[in-house]
Amino acid sequence: MTSQALPVADGGLYRRRRWANSVFNFACVGATLFGVVWLALIVFELIVRGVPGLDLGVFTTRTQMTGGGLGNAIVGSLLMTAAGTVLGTIVGIAAGTWLAEYGRNGRLANTVRFISDILLSAPSIIVGLFIYAIMVRPMGHFSGWAGGVALAIILLPVVVRTTEDQLGLVPQNLREAASALGAHRWLIVTKVCYSGARAGIVTGVLLGCARISGETAPLIFTALNSNQWTSNMNEVMANLPMTIYQNMTINSFIPDLVQLAWTGGLLLTATILVLNIIARFVAR
Amino acid sequence: MSSNQTQLDMPLGADAHRMRALSRNHRLDQVFKGTTFVFAMLVLATLFAILASLAVAGYSTFATFGLDFFTLNRWAANQDVYGALPAIYGTLVSSAIAIVIAAPVSIGIAVFLTEKCPARLRQPLATTVELLAGVPSIIYGMWGVMVLAPFLQTWFPTILPAGTGLFTAGLILAIMIIPFITSVTRDVLMTVPRETRESAYGVGCTTWEVTRYILLPSVKGGVVGAIILGLGRALGETMAVTFVIGNNLFFAPTLFGQGTSISALIANQFPEADGAQRSALLALGLVLFIITLLVLTAARLMLRQMDRKHD
Repeated sequence: MTSQALPVADGGLYRRRRWANSVFNFACVGATLFGVVWLALIVFELIVRGVPGLDLGVFTTRTQMTGGGLGNAIVGSLLMTAAGTVLGTIVGIAAGTWLAEYGRNGRLANTVRFISDILLSAPSIIVGLFIYAIMVRPMGHFSGWAGGVALAIILLPVVVRTTEDQLGLVPQNLREAASALGAHRWLIVTKVCYSGARAGIVTGVLLGCARISGETAPLIFTALNSNQWTSNMNEVMANLPMTIYQNMTINSFIPDLVQLAWTGGLLLTATILVLNIIARFVAR
Repeated sequence: MSSNQTQLDMPLGADAHRMRALSRNHRLDQVFKGTTFVFAMLVLATLFAILASLAVAGYSTFATFGLDFFTLNRWAANQDVYGALPAIYGTLVSSAIAIVIAAPVSIGIAVFLTEKCPARLRQPLATTVELLAGVPSIIYGMWGVMVLAPFLQTWFPTILPAGTGLFTAGLILAIMIIPFITSVTRDVLMTVPRETRESAYGVGCTTWEVTRYILLPSVKGGVVGAIILGLGRALGETMAVTFVIGNNLFFAPTLFGQGTSISALIANQFPEADGAQRSALLALGLVLFIITLLVLTAARLMLRQMDRKHD
């Protein structure tokens, strides 16, 4: 907008308005830069400090007080994330289906929806304490299963929300058409609605999976951590986030372990960012 | 249904085989509906189970300390004195600092993305901001303590002599919640009809005037809801805060000094705690959960009101 474009504008007021607008635009651009710069700074730091420690041994050896690798932690994280994803996805898709197909706008459905949305933003540390109280304490020991269940509860509301949203996008006409052909409700939902909503639900699950694979707080009270190789979900289980946490805090006087934490952080962040990007491609 | 009834209901031309298929499908329908219903109720039950289990696990602390739990100014496990005041103060103050920084920045980003951004940059910028939300909180924590805290210590030695503290925690929290507030604010800004903003621009309004007098007033509830949602996130954030808040277990009314937060205290002490201390930490968890529940409920109600207005 130049001054020629608005010949009627009064000089003083017009200049003040333009000035206010420039300040505002400048502030918006500044805010955007402020918001974006952190990702670059963090990724830069992870690469600079993480890459030097990256070698094959990181994947093939277990964590030791003298350094070692992250093999056991990676295996443990994969197992617990897989358990959490499977469990959370099954329950989440079922609950989301009920909300979209049966509950609809009923009072009960609205309550479930509301509570699911609350759980979506509930602190993950609380979920950890909850699983500690209902699983770890009665069983008497920390376990990989407890970690998996805690992660499942964090994933659950994500899947519920996306399932419901995606089923809501399936046109009502398709359901009616299938119904007119004599299909039963369960057949309509599983064959017609799910196939229309599949891409969206997969995206939601991938995003949720990315989120739980980086969760640390709930694992403190459930899976704990260990230095050993284990694939037994019934005992204390090594995992990447807790290993990073312990190496950066109680073991931070050992330079090799701090190096390992940076390398682990790089691997974890790279995995999560790649999952996020894949999820976006699936959605498209 | 008696067999006689079935005979009467039998559609024309249906044989026994088809009838069996029909009733099997009918059963499957009910099983399907029942199963999904049970899982939906499981979601509902989770929330109440969390509240109940934490209340039971922390009961002995509430019974011992009563209201003193909230007013004692220190958390000293060695003396069996458990006062939640330093932790509650730290949680509220660090989150407030985060909101003060994150709210204007997020609104700025959202306005830039919806109003000013060149179309080609819009998607990459939005994706970058969203990826920021994907970075795990432990990474923010280690980055905060190894990079940000030393940086602040070097450049502001008078205000932040240690580099860590409530302000540093607030800054890290702000970085973490910017993506959430931005994405919700962006969604609510996009609900403003195109005609509304076009007509405002049409009568000669500047971007600032459109934002200030048209966009923000028409989505006020949504933006406030987005900010409160961010607050809910900040209150419960654990790992990032644990690293940078300083872990001072004595109450000090400070903005820049070291302190602790509910989540940081739990994460720090839980592994080595037992007995009364563990119960006290679980009680503290219940306090945190109730605070976040209230905040998140307020946020959802405001966002829901927005939705209703637009339907």
